[in-house]
Amino acid sequence: MLILHCPCCGVDADETDLHAGGQAHLKREGPGSSDDDFEDYLFMRENPKGVHFERWRHAYGCGKWFLAARCTHTLEVFGTYSAQTLEPPQEIKDKISAKRPGWSWGNVQ
Amino acid sequence: MSNTVSALQGKVTPGEVTIREAGLRGMIILRGDLSDKKLRKVSADVTGVKFPEQGQANCDGDKGLCWMSPDELLVLVPYEAAADAVAQIDAKLAGTHYLAENVSDARAVILVEGAFCREVIAKLAPVDLHPDSFKPGDFRRTRLGQVAAAFWMRDEDTFAVICFRSVAGYTFDVLAASAKAGAVGYL
Repeated sequence: MLILHCPCCGVDADETDLHAGGQAHLKREGPGSSDDDFEDYLFMRENPKGVHFERWRHAYGCGKWFLAARCTHTLEVFGTYSAQTLEPPQEIKDKISAKRPGWSWGNVQ
Repeated sequence: MSNTVSALQGKVTPGEVTIREAGLRGMIILRGDLSDKKLRKVSADVTGVKFPEQGQANCDGDKGLCWMSPDELLVLVPYEAAADAVAQIDAKLAGTHYLAENVSDARAVILVEGAFCREVIAKLAPVDLHPDSFKPGDFRRTRLGQVAAAFWMRDEDTFAVICFRSVAGYTFDVLAASAKAGAVGYL
């Protein structure tokens, strides 16, 4: 059972309280972008065995979106943080580096 | 003029833990910037209780304030006073970005009273209800069985549960079933 700490309302929410929202830190490609960029935005996703960043919504609780860093292999949760970020905060990256030296995820490392 | 009736009209299932529909309650959803001084003052004024901290509910009889989310507050007042309270909030907050709506008839309040009320709730919700982590005054929005609900402890032996009116029957029945099945003896 996955338990994530919601940074918006401060409770430890169980998986059944939450709604998964797919990969985090996607950059939207809108009108004027190239077809390749738009295709990447629509269809290309990270699918790692290991460190992953995801969007979650505290659907039954405060209703807010937040982001989570976790390991898809061991289900270990490294931390959760505000959805109003463009890339994982340094504090989260440091936590991951301490446990998974040399990790990378897309352009993030 | 039609009579106003609550969802289950005060239905009671007595037992070691009694499940009781609380009848008509005034409930107002207030959304806005919860750090705004005007909003904090008017919500405290209409209820007469202190503004709650994150994840808390301050209640006094029929009146109270519950922290629902970073931008949402549930204002509890007597049923008849709800329309006036909304008008009072509207008057004070005019010009700021907020929303106040009387949702009294859209919700139901169910009380869970008795010695093992913690376990009655704990069997249904994915929440740590150990006395060390969930105390009187704590407020939690979550699910109860299969439906969305919110609850808080009024005192050590009483939980108040809020759910949508449309699922009041289910919520009442699932609480009654949980109470009838007895204590687990864990909490």
